[in-house]
Amino acid sequence: MIAKVTEAHEAPEISSESEESIVKKRRVVVPGEIIVSGEDYLPSEGTRREGMNILASRFGLAEESGRVVKVIPVTGTFIPRKNNVVIGRVTNITFNGWVVDIDSASSGFLPIDESPRFINKNEMDQFLAIGEVVAAKIWSINTRGIDLTLKSKGLGKLEGGFTFRIIPNRVPRVIGREGSMIMLIKEKTGCDITVGQNGWIWIKGQNLDDQIRARKAIEFVAEKFHVEGLTDKMEEWFEKN
Amino acid sequence: MCQDLRNSEESIKGGFGRMSTMDTSNLTIETLRQMFEQGKRFDGRSLKDYRPITVEHNVSNKAEGSTRVRIGKTEVLAGVKLQVGAPYPDSKDKGNLMVSGDLLPLASPRFESGPPGFNAIELPRLVDRAIRESGMIDFKKLVITGEKVWTVIIDVFPINDDGNLIDAATIAASVALKDATFPGLDKDNNVDYHIKTQNKLPLSKETFPVSISFYKLGSSLFLDPTREEEEAAEARITFGISLWNGQNMINSCQKRGAKPLSRAEVESMMPILLEKQIYLNEKLKKFL
Repeated sequence: MIAKVTEAHEAPEISSESEESIVKKRRVVVPGEIIVSGEDYLPSEGTRREGMNILASRFGLAEESGRVVKVIPVTGTFIPRKNNVVIGRVTNITFNGWVVDIDSASSGFLPIDESPRFINKNEMDQFLAIGEVVAAKIWSINTRGIDLTLKSKGLGKLEGGFTFRIIPNRVPRVIGREGSMIMLIKEKTGCDITVGQNGWIWIKGQNLDDQIRARKAIEFVAEKFHVEGLTDKMEEWFEKN
Repeated sequence: MCQDLRNSEESIKGGFGRMSTMDTSNLTIETLRQMFEQGKRFDGRSLKDYRPITVEHNVSNKAEGSTRVRIGKTEVLAGVKLQVGAPYPDSKDKGNLMVSGDLLPLASPRFESGPPGFNAIELPRLVDRAIRESGMIDFKKLVITGEKVWTVIIDVFPINDDGNLIDAATIAASVALKDATFPGLDKDNNVDYHIKTQNKLPLSKETFPVSISFYKLGSSLFLDPTREEEEAAEARITFGISLWNGQNMINSCQKRGAKPLSRAEVESMMPILLEKQIYLNEKLKKFL
């Protein structure tokens, strides 16, 4: 992972946008569908071999890069990974931190020491109260749970705007290659947008109409995950909407 | 099969993006409140608009009548089963009606299996009252002999909860009743489900009960919420409404939620209620 200063939403993503020239056109497959036949191929993530054939074991986009065949799933739950930026909702305050629902199997914990400035233990709810939303980074995952931190650029309590969810597997699509898609949406709507790897997205704009338009644009991208060259299509979309 | 699944709109669309157990954040509630004040919604409807409604008939081959109702992405199944049973001691000259339902975990990440909770009890009860009190079923005609009467059992199963389950469930139950036909009886007046008849239930022709739920957030009232909007709402009031002898009648009414409703607010609902009842009846006519 290259350590460079990134905005919150540019958190490490699973590179589904690899640029190998041998990559054939992706297509949508359903579980059990034969992707390729032949002994030359190697089954990778989301696929399995049965006799001569390589079958999909997930619903997603099949991709062949050289001999390796894999399926990029398009549905599924959020699996937390270290350094993911997530958007969560504060569900409880304990003596030394906040319990944050990050829409994952286990909730995250944000220790008071990981807040960006000093906070008095008696006034924790003035910094983050129950029901408030926070953009945080996953700092470690261990048997006790998921630890979060706010010590990075673009993290912290979110004020104004609203949050909504898309299917987490489609987050890379919404961000686009090197953030091209999200930059386009930000530019066209004039909204501040933070995309969490857990599928939650925060939008804040000058007025309600801009915010609604930004949400529609993002939902459109999440729906059209199977379309290639979507950034160009989005330009057209913005002319119509 | 593969081709079907791949091309079906629903599987391709990320339509279930809002399926999550995370509670609605304060920010989103505040934004929704502002949007409703300006009469705006995320899906572009006005506050009093319903999403598209579709009805499918005969979805179960064991039930006497069954339907699948979709309002937007909300989907409910209802089935009618007819049994011969004894009348209740306090209504010996009438048949029986039973409505039951279960909030299946497949419908929403909010639903868990186990003993029914408040919502799982409320839903069939609201459907029951909307239908029973409308007078749609002529219970006296359900008597077979003095000792034996028909028991009408309606089962309501949400398949997908994207808000407004109650209205969808009542429509599903009403249409299923309209579809239902009696099974045959043997010499001893016991049911023989192998015999099918074309006899419909003794239903009033004009009466078609629907329920209409108003939701309140801040000072705004809105109809047919998505799950996101429903969870942000502070109060709800459900009316069971139908036509009886040419007049529109409110048959049942139930309020839910901590926030009160003012008298002026309830009065302001009445013209909308009438308009929406006519709208729903018109919309559903083509499915009957």
